[in-house]
Amino acid sequence: MDVTERSPGIEADTAAMADAVVKAPFSQTDAAADETGKTLSGQEPDAAGEGASDWAAASDLTDASGRRPIIHTEGLTKKYGSKVAVSELNLDIYPGEIFGLLGPNGAGKTTTTLMLLGLSEPTSGKAWIDGKDCTREPIAVKRIVGYLPDNVGFYSDMTGRENLRFTGRLNGLPDDLIEKRIDELLEKVGMTEAADQKTGTYSRGMRQRLGVADVLMKDPKVVIMDEPTLGIDPEGMRELMELIRRLAADDGRTILISSHQLYQIQQICDRVGLFVEGNLVACGKIDELARSMQQEGVSILETAAFPDDAGFRELLQSLGNVDSVERTGDFYVVRSRYDVKRELLRRSLDAGYTLSLIRQRENDLDEIYRRYFEEAGEEHEGGDGKRVKRFGIFGKAGK
Amino acid sequence: MKAETVRESNVSESSAKPVNDMGTRKRGREKAARDGRNSRARSGLYALYRKEMADHLHSGRFLIVLALIILTSYASLYGAVSNLSDAVATDSDYIFLKLFTLSGSTIPSFTTFIALLGPFVGLTLGFDAINSERSEGTLNRLISQPIYRDAVINGKFLAGATIILVMVLSMGLFIGAVGILKTGIPPTAEEVGRAAVFLLFTAVYICFWLSLSILFSVLCRHAATSAMLGIGLWIFFALFMNLVASIVAGALYPINDTATVGRVLDNYECQTMINRLSPYYLYSEAVSTIMDPTVRTTNLVLPQQLSGAITGYLSLGQSVLLVWPHLTGLAALTAVMFAGSYIGFMRREVRSR
Repeated sequence: MDVTERSPGIEADTAAMADAVVKAPFSQTDAAADETGKTLSGQEPDAAGEGASDWAAASDLTDASGRRPIIHTEGLTKKYGSKVAVSELNLDIYPGEIFGLLGPNGAGKTTTTLMLLGLSEPTSGKAWIDGKDCTREPIAVKRIVGYLPDNVGFYSDMTGRENLRFTGRLNGLPDDLIEKRIDELLEKVGMTEAADQKTGTYSRGMRQRLGVADVLMKDPKVVIMDEPTLGIDPEGMRELMELIRRLAADDGRTILISSHQLYQIQQICDRVGLFVEGNLVACGKIDELARSMQQEGVSILETAAFPDDAGFRELLQSLGNVDSVERTGDFYVVRSRYDVKRELLRRSLDAGYTLSLIRQRENDLDEIYRRYFEEAGEEHEGGDGKRVKRFGIFGKAGK
Repeated sequence: MKAETVRESNVSESSAKPVNDMGTRKRGREKAARDGRNSRARSGLYALYRKEMADHLHSGRFLIVLALIILTSYASLYGAVSNLSDAVATDSDYIFLKLFTLSGSTIPSFTTFIALLGPFVGLTLGFDAINSERSEGTLNRLISQPIYRDAVINGKFLAGATIILVMVLSMGLFIGAVGILKTGIPPTAEEVGRAAVFLLFTAVYICFWLSLSILFSVLCRHAATSAMLGIGLWIFFALFMNLVASIVAGALYPINDTATVGRVLDNYECQTMINRLSPYYLYSEAVSTIMDPTVRTTNLVLPQQLSGAITGYLSLGQSVLLVWPHLTGLAALTAVMFAGSYIGFMRREVRSR
């Protein structure tokens, strides 16, 4: 993969896209918004149809800055037997946004995306995408929503181009448009050269990029990606992230990414929602979440010393207000209520240790996530009172 | 891209206007929009059908099955032709049909071959229809496209059925053609009609096995499991059903030295009824009736019931009337399997592999 050679091509393509292609989704969105507006203000209640009137009944979803969510869920719940996979999910995602749905495996992320696509029926609650009820009008929803499943598969005895053509036909697109779009998209994801190979020979990264092209065949307003970064090498990951960001920034598509790989998501997401055991425990911009965590007083210090023996660990543990000490590779991670740098410096000097590393870790998603995950675990054991408080703080943060 | 944009904006205009318009115009436009949507959803079925057909025709598996079928039809035809002159010496009517039903000294007849191998064709075409899509990870990509979920099964079944129909028809034509060249005797209209009904029966019979294997492919997670289930059922129906029927009938109506005629009749009837649960028996019975105009009944007939009857051939219509229940039975079995796979597929939640 020679990236330096290909990059200019991508840039040029981006520019061209901005001129020619990109206008389409925007104008469509405008038209659709206009249409919804008319329907809502219209005098005939039956004109809107049932789904749309529910959408209206869901009342004024427009937020302070006049944005209207393109994805909206109300009390979305899915139970498998007695196990609750998703519980009372209320989520608003706005047009042109990249939203990260984060959580460990089995937290209910995939179930949520399946319900949004109408592939799985919610036990209770409702979801709308662009004013269409996801359960009652799945075909209409699937027409505007592109879905890139976890570990996307292609028909291995067909070439990449044939696979895309098949998707185009499934979407009922005319043949000339299909061919034109295939060429554009292959160029866009950098797969033009491999397009006429059978997909059985593709590497995982290539499959993923073809998957992105496949999703874009229908020119979707909303793109849902399930674990898109799983099993891709760092270079491929960087390209994919760049591609995803361009989809939102240049084409104005709304993107929902579900993942448990926090670091990558952190780089491109406008907002994130943290999922733990079916509950959305926090939702908002990453820096907002970080700030609110700082207020709670968490300080994380990375440190290492010479000689690196058990005594140093004991020393760290004996510092005032230390919650936990953990060994990560070459260094220790110390979590404490407040800054312990001073105390650490003084005491390690006294004890004859030479500090080789001391670094205050910024509140990154990893930490935020860790905190929420721990707290959610505690809440499940404890009462409900604390959870209400959490929702009180962070439930609004994103809106 | 431009064309798409223009069309999309038209759609949004026509659905935005009705609010201010008269009701009738609104309904008309909504209907038009709905028709448009339906035709787009239907084009999904067509796209699937096309892809499945191409898949079948290009797959090595299909070529193997085709080669097998051609070989067996040639072998059975060879046996039939070599024994034809002896058979014609005793009964010179319906020579054309004898091509299908005559067996050589060591080679079974064409109809027997098809009754045995037909299930194999059906199973091969369908045993991994759904579960291979699932294990390849293409199924969730497929159903997240704007198509109805049943289109997936419909497309696969229709493509398989088309292949079967083409295969059966070409087999019939092949045998007919070779037979005419070999014997030099043109078939009568009735013979052609009987052969056509036979081919139709064969197609429905194989379609039953296709729908059965699609059902297994919906229910089983692994293609190997569904293939084993299908093959197991095939062997059971072809070889062991007869055994089971005689055991059950023997237990219900035991025949010993003191058995009455009534008991013997009951035993036989019970055995036949149980056998008829098997599609293999059903098909064989129907085909032997259709291809042999001298067969007047499929049930037991006592000599006194035959007294006064004039020996002669049944007309095609009468023969078809005789096997009509068999045809409906086979079609119903196919429909039940199809409905089963339909329900199973609709209710199943599709996750990634």
